[in-house]
Amino acid sequence: MTKRERILGWAFIVCVLALAPLFITSNRWIDFLELTLFVAVLGQGWNVLGGYGGQYSFGHAVFFGTGAYIQALLQYKLGWSPWLTLWFAISGTTAVAAMIGYLSFRYGLRGSYFALITLAFAEAFHVVSRSWSSFTEGGQGVQLTLNQDPALALATFQFSFGGPFMKAYGFYYTILAILMISYAATWWMEHSRFGAQLVAVRENEDAAEALGVNAFLVKMRAICLSAAITASGGVYYVQKFLFVEPGIAYGTAKSVEALFAPIIGGLGTVLGPLIGSFFIHGVGEIAKEAIHGVFGDRPGVDLILFGIILVLILAFAPRGLVGILERVWIRLKARGDA
Amino acid sequence: MLDVCAMSKSFGGLKAVSEASLTVSEGNIVSLIGPNGAGKTTLFALISGFLKPDSGAVTFNDAGITGQRPHQICHQGLVRTFQVVQPFAGLTVRENIAVGAHTRIAGRAAALAAAGEIAQLVGMGTQLDQSAGALTIAGRKRLELARALATGPRLLLLDEVMAGLNATEIADLVTVVRKIRDSGVTIFLIEHVMQAVMSLSDYTYVLNHGAMIAEGQPSQVTKDPNVIEAYLGHGAAKRLLEMEAGADA
Amino acid sequence: MEFLGLDLPSYSWQTVLGSAISGVFLGSIYALVALGLTLIYGVLHIINFAHGALLMLAMYAVFFLWKLLGLDPYLAMLIVVPGAYIFGYGLQRGVIGKASHGRDEIILLVTLGVSIVIENAALFFFSASERSVLVPYDLDGIDLGVTYAVYPELIALGGSLLITFALWLFMSLTDTGKAIRAVAKERQGARLVGINVDHIFAVTFGIGTACVAAAASLLVPTYAVHPQIGYLFVLIAFTVVVLGGMGSFIGALVGGFLIGVTEQLGRLYLGESMGVITISVIFILVLLFRPTGLFGQRSG
Repeated sequence: MTKRERILGWAFIVCVLALAPLFITSNRWIDFLELTLFVAVLGQGWNVLGGYGGQYSFGHAVFFGTGAYIQALLQYKLGWSPWLTLWFAISGTTAVAAMIGYLSFRYGLRGSYFALITLAFAEAFHVVSRSWSSFTEGGQGVQLTLNQDPALALATFQFSFGGPFMKAYGFYYTILAILMISYAATWWMEHSRFGAQLVAVRENEDAAEALGVNAFLVKMRAICLSAAITASGGVYYVQKFLFVEPGIAYGTAKSVEALFAPIIGGLGTVLGPLIGSFFIHGVGEIAKEAIHGVFGDRPGVDLILFGIILVLILAFAPRGLVGILERVWIRLKARGDA
Repeated sequence: MLDVCAMSKSFGGLKAVSEASLTVSEGNIVSLIGPNGAGKTTLFALISGFLKPDSGAVTFNDAGITGQRPHQICHQGLVRTFQVVQPFAGLTVRENIAVGAHTRIAGRAAALAAAGEIAQLVGMGTQLDQSAGALTIAGRKRLELARALATGPRLLLLDEVMAGLNATEIADLVTVVRKIRDSGVTIFLIEHVMQAVMSLSDYTYVLNHGAMIAEGQPSQVTKDPNVIEAYLGHGAAKRLLEMEAGADA
Repeated sequence: MEFLGLDLPSYSWQTVLGSAISGVFLGSIYALVALGLTLIYGVLHIINFAHGALLMLAMYAVFFLWKLLGLDPYLAMLIVVPGAYIFGYGLQRGVIGKASHGRDEIILLVTLGVSIVIENAALFFFSASERSVLVPYDLDGIDLGVTYAVYPELIALGGSLLITFALWLFMSLTDTGKAIRAVAKERQGARLVGINVDHIFAVTFGIGTACVAAAASLLVPTYAVHPQIGYLFVLIAFTVVVLGGMGSFIGALVGGFLIGVTEQLGRLYLGESMGVITISVIFILVLLFRPTGLFGQRSG
């Protein structure tokens, strides 16, 4: 793709996402878009470490949950402004990532072992958040007070009682802003020296070391960036739902959601997680409609489908949907030129 | 420039490298030869930081580098290539070389441009946008060389860079290596291809069973009976001398 | 009593011994589950993330055989174990092997994908409610003085040891067993002497699944079946395998017993919920400081 094509492509996507609410009035579809963008953010977080860095984490919920809990607890216990706590949520989670990264990479854990240890950490955080009730409110979770004063909607980062525009689209634009910032950060990373070194470490760590790349430091930076992006998803979640508890924060659901989108969409690409998220949620919606007619509402249908798609993509299209789209684009262009 | 002093390394009961010492002077091309399994690649790994020696020391440009990590040693100007080539298979040739260039260049565009220049130097200018995974073995060897070169090294450790190449490819690469030395890079190479060793080396070391058994000018070393025995087996030197004496008579 | 600055309750040595013994019983099941996992790792060099899902599936199979046919869970082993072998063989040969193109990172994700599909299919078809098997003898047992050992526990211990021994015999004496060990040690070499490596991979995976099915049979009398139960056991199984050493049968046994006893003692002294966290902590510590485990041959 030429540079001009790329810029046009980006502009198109940004415009569509930014203007979509003007054309969509149904709440259900705004919710759908929000959920899709939310998973796209989590997915990008995973993608930085997994897609670009080649370190597959099976416990990414640990970053989502920690970000969510810090955001919730600082408001709940100390009454701080959410606009202040979000900085602590992101930096606090980054610190946790640094600890996990230090332990894992210092001791040379790779591949399956790294996946296992991230799983273990997520599980450990899950149990601790459930047991340490005095600190985290344990199993009953943290419930933030709902703000009903429209004048304070922005200050409390809660839009449900704001003006009509805020009420309908406040959280949509929040997650969109988070998405654009994190995707821009990822794009910047991809085109920087750090990105080149990270990808080199993924491809062949020894060769990269021989060429002067400090693999340990590079992986540390990757896990920290990954955690920061994922934590921002946690911040959004807390502000929107005003509730977090151990299962939501550290359960396997978020860990699995975080890796579906980038793998299906395209590992190691900026748009992969976004495309992957739209694909799986679109397919999920269709599946739910179809199954609803036959079986009624049953949990687990969409995940069965996602799992199957995951295996199919890994088997037949390892570069994901982005890879498929690129090949189609090249074919179309060739036909256009001929 | 490079001083290796009594380096030893054992794996379990096996002594892979035993009290090996050598010196590489600036501006030279020095070769390390020896039969398969002699410990040459192990010695390279020890020098470049991939293995920690049991005993001995390495000095590079009057600075001790023993026990440092490979990336640290690379930043000081000592770079190695791998015997079993290790391309970044998912990246293009240009992106591969750029990783090396990033050692001294921070900007992405500048690194990619430098990569292009290095590729021209080793004769890969036309392959810049190919995927590294699709290259032939000769291409991969050149890529390995180009990547190492892109880091701007003072001393280049080449591990069997000629292996698997045909006669033309070898001749081409010999020219390239000489060009690199002439541009100011000292070269230390492991090689089996005698043609390359003889035409390139200013000085040769011979390793067998982990120990240095000979050193000197390539033409002298290849006549050394110990070296002949190392390659051809016990008693071979004597048999060769008898044959020559018989031919003269 | 004081321990590491924590104020722990004091118990009589009988209570502690009783707890430890129940840990041994528990550990024997952990060992059996881990056995399949360690075998698969030793031969295919993959960590089978679908292991827990397969355990859960086998438990459902045992449950339904009991519910629909009135078949005693232990007798159900005769049906479920061969069935599991066939399922595991097919899964490896048809899905996992095919999708992975032999690359380790992909295998990891493929087994994860398979586990997600199986778990959610179970959720979909069986719903999240717990199912329990009631056997007439589940409260009868033997009085050991310090503790009362119910028959299911005793059978579990005996069964695990027997199956481990049988597996060891199989691996040492039969041609297939030797082929499996050959592939584990040197894949290419095994290929060169004419061993069909793909078939051996599938056989190994099948055996691993069969082990898990045997464990399921032994577990069902004591544990309620629900879609998440696999996940509970999988983390423990991983810990056992990592502690005992990847690829080591002895390691799986010793590791299983160690973890079982530690968990029970952890429960006794630190409270019910601390059982799981003790295991997570052990897991992390072993991964960091001794990834080869107690008896393992390979690292990282």
